[in-house]
Amino acid sequence: MDSLLNLDILLPTLVGLPLIAAILTTLLKSHGLRASISIAMALIQFMIAAALLSWLSGSGTSLETQYQRYSLAGWGAPLGIDLAIDGFAALMLMLTAALTLVLTVYSRYYFFEPHSRLDKTVRFWPLWWLLIMGINALFLSGDIFNIYVTLEIIGLAAVSLVALDGSRAALTAALRYLLVGLLGSLCYLLAVALLYRAYGTLDLAQLSAIAEPTAITWAALILITTGLLLKTALVPLHFWLPLAHGSAPAPVSAILSALVVKTSFYLLARFWLDTLAPAATDSGLLMLGILGAAAIFWGSIQALRATRLKLMVAYSTVAQLGYLFLLFPLAFPDEDARGAGLSGPAVSAVVYFIVAHACAKAAMFLAAGNIMRTFGHDEIARLHGLAKYMPLSLFTFAIAGASLIGLPPSAGFLSKWLLLNVAIDAAQWWWAIVILMGGLMAATYVFRVLNIAFSSVEEKAPIEPKNLPITKLPTIMSLCAFLLAMLTVVLGFNAELILDLVTVGDDV
Amino acid sequence: MTQDSLYIIASVGLFGIGLYGVIAAPHILRKILAINIMSVGVFMLLVTSAKNVNSTPDPVLHAMVLTGIVVAIAGTALALFLAGKIHALSEASDEDSH
Amino acid sequence: MFQAPDFKNNSYENELPFATRVLCAIVIGALGFGLIAALILTENISSSLPAMVQQKLTQSGVQNPVTAVLLNFRSYDTLLEIGVLLTVAVAMLPNANFNSDINPDMPGGNRSSSHLVSVVNSAAGNPPLEAFLRWLIPMIIVMAGYMLWTGTALPGGAFQSGALLAGAGVLAQLSGRIQFCFTSTTAKLLLTISLITFVMVAIGVATTTGVVLQYPLELAAPLILLVESAATLSIAAILLLSYNTLATQVFESPSEHSTFEHSAFDNQPSDVTETSAPNETLQSQTAEDPKS
Repeated sequence: MDSLLNLDILLPTLVGLPLIAAILTTLLKSHGLRASISIAMALIQFMIAAALLSWLSGSGTSLETQYQRYSLAGWGAPLGIDLAIDGFAALMLMLTAALTLVLTVYSRYYFFEPHSRLDKTVRFWPLWWLLIMGINALFLSGDIFNIYVTLEIIGLAAVSLVALDGSRAALTAALRYLLVGLLGSLCYLLAVALLYRAYGTLDLAQLSAIAEPTAITWAALILITTGLLLKTALVPLHFWLPLAHGSAPAPVSAILSALVVKTSFYLLARFWLDTLAPAATDSGLLMLGILGAAAIFWGSIQALRATRLKLMVAYSTVAQLGYLFLLFPLAFPDEDARGAGLSGPAVSAVVYFIVAHACAKAAMFLAAGNIMRTFGHDEIARLHGLAKYMPLSLFTFAIAGASLIGLPPSAGFLSKWLLLNVAIDAAQWWWAIVILMGGLMAATYVFRVLNIAFSSVEEKAPIEPKNLPITKLPTIMSLCAFLLAMLTVVLGFNAELILDLVTVGDDV
Repeated sequence: MTQDSLYIIASVGLFGIGLYGVIAAPHILRKILAINIMSVGVFMLLVTSAKNVNSTPDPVLHAMVLTGIVVAIAGTALALFLAGKIHALSEASDEDSH
Repeated sequence: MFQAPDFKNNSYENELPFATRVLCAIVIGALGFGLIAALILTENISSSLPAMVQQKLTQSGVQNPVTAVLLNFRSYDTLLEIGVLLTVAVAMLPNANFNSDINPDMPGGNRSSSHLVSVVNSAAGNPPLEAFLRWLIPMIIVMAGYMLWTGTALPGGAFQSGALLAGAGVLAQLSGRIQFCFTSTTAKLLLTISLITFVMVAIGVATTTGVVLQYPLELAAPLILLVESAATLSIAAILLLSYNTLATQVFESPSEHSTFEHSAFDNQPSDVTETSAPNETLQSQTAEDPKS
């Protein structure tokens, strides 16, 4: 009984709570009740994640509590499944909880369209909570087959959310996303089969202890990488992302760009730098870095050419994901860093970048959603004079854009600064050039939108009727977006909160 | 060539054929079927690895295959559902445009 | 690669050029060859897990090692997997209606008060099949119950018996007389009963043993049976919902009076005569639709 009072009961609670929310929202008939329960559950989840994070950071220095494990069903690895978190995972859980709270409040207002009698929230809320449950379960998981099942939950729930509209474009994008997702999961499952054949265990911690650079480990790592790169949409496997994120409802696009693509990146980092680190060759790490750089350039170019606002933001995601992959060539500055697991200055910088990008991208997608709801379209060329009608959403867009570009005092600036430092310390100055060029290119596509929005067609000429707003937006929707953008500024001023936590879980 | 090697070749072969099918097959149903073929290949490898000369076959792998089959069914059902809806909508728009 | 999905049977316009396909095949072949070599040359390490399972089997409450792994040692995986099934089931539900429970565009309405199973007497059925089913369906149900029970010692269990029950439902629907409506409250309860039971068991045992999902030794067998029974019901319901939705998809043009937002989730005519014009069914339903 006393282990119930131990705080690591919080670990399975983070999976159980969204699951209960999903069950309740499936059963309830009233849409108001579904929304209220969802907001309540999101609040509780936020408090639990905050408690977990503070507990972990408070006890992080002692030897016994390096990272928390929880043996489900009491059997312990390798017979049973363990939940395990370290600083990186705990931070991602906190990020999930924070974004869930804001996006849940936003969704409550987003789906009550005034001119439609259709209630899409019958499907939205259960799928939303199942997605959140999958994301939490993935960050908590310590078993490679369990990770496969969580990847599938995330994939299927995300696809169903993209298809929520029922329009032909959304369904096509969803089907493409589904096929790519299933392909990626199957590659991952084949790798799990290979690893079990080679090592006889499914537990991440045990694997990292006994992994060796053999051919079969290398084959498994290649398969895992292929599968997860498909899910993270790294160039050249990014073809599904722009339309999928661009055709989804606004809160769905936000969670997809902010969190779902980061889950597969988290797994890549975990496998390459921690579990299968002996098999990670330098050329492989360099290859990932090169693909990342290519993503930055290609994504920025396509974002500049996009005609629709949401497509532009989606291509911006493709570009920003490239920065994350700079982690790999910079992670091991010398050979003894290899055994240290998922820690080090490069990891801290990339974790900070993930948090900064998640908040900024979610804010941007919500602002784009607000614009689309108000005007009925999101074509960039027709957004003249936007500043007059929707100043708050535009301000949100500008702040989020500043974080993406890397202007101080935003969190984006801080994360890029950290990455630059790591690159120069590791004497790989070419990545520094890539980072700076990426910032410049982000500036071009962000300022393009701001330029059009702040300009009016002519000083005295009236704006064409087809470009006028058609609905009034509930204020709280703009406030949610604004809150997320403000979060990037707050994080820009308080870096130590996050950086301290990433070092929890280091081997001493 | 041992029995084990034969099964390995067959399962990797199925995976490869399925992968080629997903990329190259024109019709959407063939792509979905190709994904199923890939999953059969992976399950076959899992079951082959469960062979244990001394005692009963490895139950953990069998449980993994059961879970995998259910997940594959779910994925296929969703894919067919989406494909059907897209087909229905394109039929509707073809009729409207005539 | 993945442009707009292609439905025409023999059109090869969207096909990749020959050179690309050959290149693809060569690359896949080479990688596969490498993988086969790596697999054959590496020995399959005899994992310690089977021995561990055999050792703890008596404590698990069942005699079938696969059931023990699925529902005791790695029960969390099974929980998540039923979550996967629920995801797909929810994705296939139709849209509901804000102001009232009734959606006039859907034949039979979209009422949550409608029954899960209803008999449609006016439909042209399939008499031989129907007669056969009067004998067959009870047998299938008994067989499913047997497979559920015997899963503790022999091959069997929740998934197999759930699939059997779903098969019985499919047969019933094919006979033409039975119609399923999955927006009813009963249906939603059936879809979620497995997860509800699993979560309640998980939390309940945590109060006794202190660890989530850890069954107390003497209660392991009945708890596993309880969870498996609930899982059977849910799996059967979800599989039947999938079949029902896929089998009644409309492949003709919908009626003229589409709603303001014509989305793909509004049309679900009754399954009986899907090739007849949907207009008639829709109009006859709207005639009797009470205004709320």
